[in-house]
Amino acid sequence: MTEALIFEYRSEGRKGFVAGPDAVPKLPAEALRADEPTLPTASELEVVRHFTRLSQQNFSIDTQFYPLGSCTMKYNPRVCNQLAMLPQFLGRHPLGPVEHGQGYLQTMFELQEMLRIATGMAAVSLTPMAGAQGEFAGVAMIKAYHESRGDDARNQIIVPDAAHGTNPATATMCGCEVVEISTRPDGDLDINRLREVLGPNTAGIMLTNPSTLGLFERQIEEIAAIVHAAGGLLYYDGANLNAILGKTLPGDMGFDVIHMNLHKTFSTPHGGGGPGSGAVGVAERLKPFLPVPFVQRLDGRYTWATEEHYPQSIGRLSAFMGNSGVLLRAYVYMRMLGRAGMERVADFAVLNANYLMVCLREAGFDVAFPERRASHEFIISLKSIARETDVTAMDFAKALLDYGFHAPTTYFPLLVPECLLIEPTESESRHALDAFVAALVDIRDTAYSNPDKVKEAPVTMPVRRLDDVRAAKQPDLVWQAPGAG
Amino acid sequence: MPFVPHTESDISAMLARLGVADIADLFDEIPAGLRIKGLEGIGPALSEADISRLMQTRARQDGEPLCFTGAGAYDHYVPAAVWDIATRGEFYSAYTPYQAEASQGTLQVIYEFQTMLASLTGLDVSNASLYDGATAFAEACLMAVRANRRNRSRKILVSRTLSPACREVARVMLKGQQIELVELAIRDGVSDSDALNNLSAADFAAVAIQNPNFLGSLDAVDVLTDWAHSGGALVIGVANPMALALLKPPGQWGAAGADIACGEGQPMGIPMSSGGPYFGYLVCRQDIVRQMPGRIVGRTVDLEGKPGFTLTLQAREQHIRRSRATSNICTNQGLVATAATIYMSLMGASGLRSVATKCNANTNALVDALTALPGVTRAFAAPFFHEAVLTFDRPVAGVLDTLSSNGILGGYDLSADYPELGNALLVCATEMRSATDISAYAGIASEIFGAAA
Repeated sequence: MTEALIFEYRSEGRKGFVAGPDAVPKLPAEALRADEPTLPTASELEVVRHFTRLSQQNFSIDTQFYPLGSCTMKYNPRVCNQLAMLPQFLGRHPLGPVEHGQGYLQTMFELQEMLRIATGMAAVSLTPMAGAQGEFAGVAMIKAYHESRGDDARNQIIVPDAAHGTNPATATMCGCEVVEISTRPDGDLDINRLREVLGPNTAGIMLTNPSTLGLFERQIEEIAAIVHAAGGLLYYDGANLNAILGKTLPGDMGFDVIHMNLHKTFSTPHGGGGPGSGAVGVAERLKPFLPVPFVQRLDGRYTWATEEHYPQSIGRLSAFMGNSGVLLRAYVYMRMLGRAGMERVADFAVLNANYLMVCLREAGFDVAFPERRASHEFIISLKSIARETDVTAMDFAKALLDYGFHAPTTYFPLLVPECLLIEPTESESRHALDAFVAALVDIRDTAYSNPDKVKEAPVTMPVRRLDDVRAAKQPDLVWQAPGAG
Repeated sequence: MPFVPHTESDISAMLARLGVADIADLFDEIPAGLRIKGLEGIGPALSEADISRLMQTRARQDGEPLCFTGAGAYDHYVPAAVWDIATRGEFYSAYTPYQAEASQGTLQVIYEFQTMLASLTGLDVSNASLYDGATAFAEACLMAVRANRRNRSRKILVSRTLSPACREVARVMLKGQQIELVELAIRDGVSDSDALNNLSAADFAAVAIQNPNFLGSLDAVDVLTDWAHSGGALVIGVANPMALALLKPPGQWGAAGADIACGEGQPMGIPMSSGGPYFGYLVCRQDIVRQMPGRIVGRTVDLEGKPGFTLTLQAREQHIRRSRATSNICTNQGLVATAATIYMSLMGASGLRSVATKCNANTNALVDALTALPGVTRAFAAPFFHEAVLTFDRPVAGVLDTLSSNGILGGYDLSADYPELGNALLVCATEMRSATDISAYAGIASEIFGAAA
C-alpha cells in the first residue's frame, strides 16, 4: 500500500512537462546558483499516478463520514469549486483596477452583507485568512479600541478553560495577558469567577457559543452585561456558528467582534489543513478599526475601502485581500441556500447531534452533559470503559477508522477525560448516524471481549499506528537523496 | 432542501426518538429574548443553474486583460494536471491530518513539499506552509526574535526594497509584541549597504533581505548577510521560488547563508485569483526548527517498521502549548501546498529553469521596447530577474488608465509606496506574454508617449 516518494521516480532527463527550451538569462554569473535543486524528474503520467494514489490514502468528506467535533465537516458542494475556478476569476490580478473587477467586487460586497446579516453585526471584513487570523484581527481591534480612548491599561484577555488553543495563543500574539476562568459542572461559565477577574485591566473576553462542550451558554446576556459594565469587550469565536445560524445572532447576544470560519459554517473545503477563511464582523464601535481592505459601494460602483478611508484600521493582514477563492466558494454556497436554506442549517445540524447523542446514551455510553441539549456537537466520555478494559478514547478513534469512519475529535476539550467530541453536521443522513452508533457499540463490545484487538487497530489503513515519539526525537522532515549529506 | 438529506419520515422518526414535538424545541436553551424569527435580508435560494449563470456573468464582466503587473502575484502557466488532481475530493474535502493513519496521502504530499522547498531555498527544514508570503515574513520575524538568544533584540532591520505589503503585514502582526522594524534605505534600486556603516548588527535580532527585491533588482545579498552575521544578527531571506530555479538560494548567501527563508509560493502553480488562496513558505536551519511556527510533517515508522508520515514537533503549537505556543496559527494552506507540490513535480528543476529564463527574457524585451519611447527610462541599472522599474516623464496613473481601457494591465504604480522614485512603474512580463503581447503594450504606450514627444 505504501507509495514511493516522488523523488524515488528519479530518472535523469525525464520531464513531466514540456516547457520549451531555455532562454539565455541576462543575469550576472555570480548571482546564479551552481547546484540544481532536488526536484522530481518524472513523466506526467508518473506524477498523475503518484498523486492520485496518495489521494486514495486519505479519508475525506467525499469518501467517509467525518464527525470531527468543532470542525464542521459538512459536504463541500462541487458547484462551489467549479464556479470559483471560472477562468476570469482565477486570472484576475489582485492589483487589477476596479474597472476590471466590478463582478468580483460586487460578489465580495454581497458576501460581506450576507455575513453581516447572518451574525447581526454592523460591518464585515473578509481579509483574515483563517480562524486564528480572524481571532488576531478581533483582539487587535479590541486593543486598538481601548488605546484610542486612552484606556491603555487594558491588556488582559479572559478565556474559558474549555476554549480552543488558538484563543490564548492569539491573546499572547497580540501582547495581552491571558486570564483563564473555569467552567461549572453543568457546562456553563463560572460567572462568579468571571466577576472576580473583571477589572480595570480587562480588555475583553473570548467566548465560543455554543461552547466547545457543545452547550449553549445560557447566561450570555448576563455575561455581556457585566463584561461591558467593567469596560471590557466581548469576542465571539465563530467556530460553532453552525449551531445557531438563523436561530440567534451574536450581535444580539452583545458581542462586539466575531470571526466566522467560512471553511466550517459556510462549507468551503478544508483541503487537508487549509485554506480557511476567518472573516470578521464588528459592532458599530469597532467599525473604524476593521482590517483593510474590504469592499464598499459608492454611487453604484464597488471600490476598496483602505487606510485612506479608515485611518484607525488595525491595518493589513495579507498581501492582498485574504483567500479570495475561498470567499467565492462561500458566496456560492450562501446564495444556493438562500434565507430558508440558511435557517435550516442549524435545524438539521442540531437535530443530527441530538439524535446521535440520544442513540449513544441509550446504547449505554456516558454523555458528558446528559441534562443538557446538545448543540451541533456533544461529548461522550469513555472513562469507565478505559478503566475497566484499558481501551482508551485513542483506541476507539483508531478502531473507527477500520469501520470506515473518521474519528471524532479526541481528548478535547481537556476538561472531560477520555472524551470524544462528536459533530455530525446537517449533511449526514439518519442512516449514516445509525451506522456510526452501531460501529461504536461493536467496538465497545470488542473492548470487553478482546481488548487487544481494539488496541491493535487500525489494521486496514495504509500504515499501522505510527511511532510519534521517534518522529519527534529523530526528526526526519526532508528527504535526502541516497549518498547525499 | 439544498444539502440536507432528511426526508419527512426521517425527521418524524428522529424527533420521536428524542421525545420532542418539533425541531424548534431543540433550541430551548437559547434565552427567549435572543431567538430571532429568521434571517431577514437574505434573498431566496438560487438553483445550481441560476447561480452558475450569475457567476459566469460576473466573471465575464471582469474580462481578461493582458497582464504586465507582478508586484507579488505572477501570471504563470499552470499545467492542467495540477488542479485536476489537487481538487480530487480526497484532497479537497479532507481535514488537517490529525488521524495520521487515515491521512497518509496529505501527510506524504506535505513531506514532499517540505523537501522541495528546503532544496529550492538551500536550507534544512520547512514547515507545511503558512497563509501567504506576507504572513510568512511576519512569522519569520517573530521566529528570529525567539531564535536569536545572543542579541536578545526586538528589532529587525528590513530593507526598504522588501515588499511594502510584507512590511505592512509584519508591522501589524508584530506591534502587539513590541517588535520594531527598522528600515534600511534604497540606493540605485538595491539596499543601501553604505548605510550599514551607521548601524551595528548587534542591535538587531535579524536582518531581512528580499532577492530579487520588490523592485525586481538583484540585491546585495552577500554583503548584507555577512554584515548581519558579523554582529550576531540572523538573516531572513525572502525569495520568489521561481527565481530560485536560477539564482543563488538564501542558504548560499554570503559566507554562511541565510538562517531563515520565506516567501510567497503563488508562482508555483497557483492562479492569481484576486490575491488568494496562495501559500507562504517558511524554511530554516535545522538547529532552530523548534522555533518554527505551523504544522510540520515528519517521516517515522509504524509498529511493523513500515515507513509512514505524521504531524510532528507539535509541542510548539497552540493546541498543545496554548498561550505559550510559537504562534496562534492552526490552519495552513494545505490544498494550495498540494497543488504547488504537483506543479513542482511536473516542472522539475529543468521546467522551472525554462520558465524562469523566459520570464527574464520577456521582461528584458518589454523594457527594451518601452525605453525606446521618449519619456520612458529605466529607473536604475541594477540587474533584474523578471521585474523592472521604469520612470515616466508624467504621472503613472494616467498612463495606466489609458492602457487599462485598452485591455492592458500595464504594471504597478510605485508612486504611493516609493515617492522618492518619482513617476515610477514596476513592470513584469512572465513566460505567458508573447512577442505580440509585448508589441501591443509598446504600441499603445507609443501612442501615449509619442503624442507628447
